[in-house]
Amino acid sequence: MDATLAPHRLDALSAGARPRADARRWGRWALNGAAALSLGFILLPLLLVTWLAFFRQEIPSFPPEGYSVRWFGAVANNKIFVNGFLLSLQVGIAATLIGLALAVPASLAIARRRFFGREPINTLLLMPLVVPGVVLGTAIYVFQIETEIATGLPVLGSTAGLVAAHALIVIPWAVRLVTASFAGFDPTIEEAAKNLGAPPFTTFRRVTLPAIRPGIVAAALFGFVMSFGNLEMSLFLVGAGRTTLPIAILQYLEWKIDPTVAAVSVLQIVLIGAAMIVTDRYVKISQVV
Amino acid sequence: MARLELIDLSKRYGEHAVVKGVTLDVAEGEFLVLLGPSGCGKTTTLRMIAGFVEPSGGTARIGGIDVTYLPPWRRNTGMVFQSYALFPHMTVMENVAFGLEMRKLPKGEIAARAREALRLVRLDAFAERLPRQLSGGQQQRVALARALAIRPAVLLLDEPLSNLDAKLREEVRIEIRELQRQLGLTTIMVTHDQEEALTVADRLVVMADGEIRQIGTQRDLYERPADRFVAGFVGRSIFLDGRIVEPGIFESAGGLRLHSASHVPPGPATLALRPERLSLEPERSLDNRLPGRVEFVSYLGAVLEAHVRLSPADRVVVQLPNRAGSAPSVGDEVEVGWSREAGLVFAGQERTGAVEERT
Repeated sequence: MDATLAPHRLDALSAGARPRADARRWGRWALNGAAALSLGFILLPLLLVTWLAFFRQEIPSFPPEGYSVRWFGAVANNKIFVNGFLLSLQVGIAATLIGLALAVPASLAIARRRFFGREPINTLLLMPLVVPGVVLGTAIYVFQIETEIATGLPVLGSTAGLVAAHALIVIPWAVRLVTASFAGFDPTIEEAAKNLGAPPFTTFRRVTLPAIRPGIVAAALFGFVMSFGNLEMSLFLVGAGRTTLPIAILQYLEWKIDPTVAAVSVLQIVLIGAAMIVTDRYVKISQVV
Repeated sequence: MARLELIDLSKRYGEHAVVKGVTLDVAEGEFLVLLGPSGCGKTTTLRMIAGFVEPSGGTARIGGIDVTYLPPWRRNTGMVFQSYALFPHMTVMENVAFGLEMRKLPKGEIAARAREALRLVRLDAFAERLPRQLSGGQQQRVALARALAIRPAVLLLDEPLSNLDAKLREEVRIEIRELQRQLGLTTIMVTHDQEEALTVADRLVVMADGEIRQIGTQRDLYERPADRFVAGFVGRSIFLDGRIVEPGIFESAGGLRLHSASHVPPGPATLALRPERLSLEPERSLDNRLPGRVEFVSYLGAVLEAHVRLSPADRVVVQLPNRAGSAPSVGDEVEVGWSREAGLVFAGQERTGAVEERT
């Protein structure tokens, strides 16, 4: 008797609190639903491309006639893709290193010093992110032609010219991420190092750099991805017969639509995904981004 | 372990003088405390000794060597920061060894000395932890060990206890004092907490508005404060405004004629009284005995405080031991008395803007 009565009484007691708890539960459902929807929206193209890469038939059509890994072999045997991949890799690494070498000192100054023109310079360093890639590409194209005319050096179409342009799109990411990592850094830690006998450069190397390392690693990763995937700007700047991977994919698509392109994309997704997972193991990027 | 001399050391930012000519001579092994309200220039002075702030004028010498314009990393001072400033990515051991590494000592000696420093602060069991895995009090001791390990010529403590809770603070300050004495370290500590300052110091320096107001032992500052500011800042004083009318006689704003032992020439003056030197049961022999009415009583446990009105313009606070059955209550007519030596007179009535008590 008591056992049946007790829940009943509890129900009566909590009747007033019930609508609020219900509202909270609905809110949680709505939030989770929206999150799942957004995630699906982001992942769907990736999943479709991955699926497509394993289709056996040459013309992508649904449903697939069967599955095969031969398109991955086709990628490996395609000289244009392989060379494009290597060029993109080279340019991406070089541009990231140059971009970081410029962005870390710039971030240090912006985060630490109060100088005239600090805000405008900060904005200027973020500009390449805002300017559309085509505009940026055109501008650099014209600039490189003019430089070539003025100096006689072969700038346009050279790897150096491409690397310089790519460094430009690495900088905004690097500056953003590295300045953000300075925000949580207590400058008295540097004073402590100096007090213990460390000259300025040693202090930077032993104390400051380790503290901002997550920001730098994240900056390197994002910068590399931005450079590796860049199409619009690179279109203007590559030389004859030397194409980056995104351009190689675009050119391939002009003639063929077989799943080779999907296979290349899958390789690219796996590469970048692996890079993110590996770096996250050593440095918690999620703390910075 | 060295003597520290500051000669007319000053710091200006543009037109704004933060430290106005500080001169100090700290003996080898002495524990000196810079005491003052925030903004009085004590921290800037400490940072000039450490080399983080370049002086606008004057000289600083450590062990007889002029260090005024030497960068911090060439000074051999050991500083404990208010925020501890431990290196977050290094273990406790690596933190403590850092300064020894910078001195390029052999590996074996570094390990031995770092371990010894950790043993001094009783943290040898925590050598492999990271700072964030330690409590605030332990982090504070790591910071201390790190500063001690390099055997600094001068140990600098910048409000080292202000981030600890009250109970821990009392323990740690005694620990610091014992370590300092044991190692014979010349030490400068900055604090705004007078109880802390009185507990640990050999000598104290009271600063206000970038200037030294008084240097002396606890007893000097308490019994013979140099000015009204020190009288109000160290310990507690009740101030009565008035004037010296003839040598030894102070007349308050309310017209009371009070005896004083101070040699202040006639003119406007302030009388400072310590509440514990006043009595509600004055002996016949006391020079100053005045009738009054109790207006307010605070019960503080071991002691009671009675606020007694002596005239429409004058009110004093009397501190009494809490003995059974003797508590005064509001409205009581009482007699307040004090000896002529208990009242300190300062010429002038300037408002120093310092911490002081009006009644």
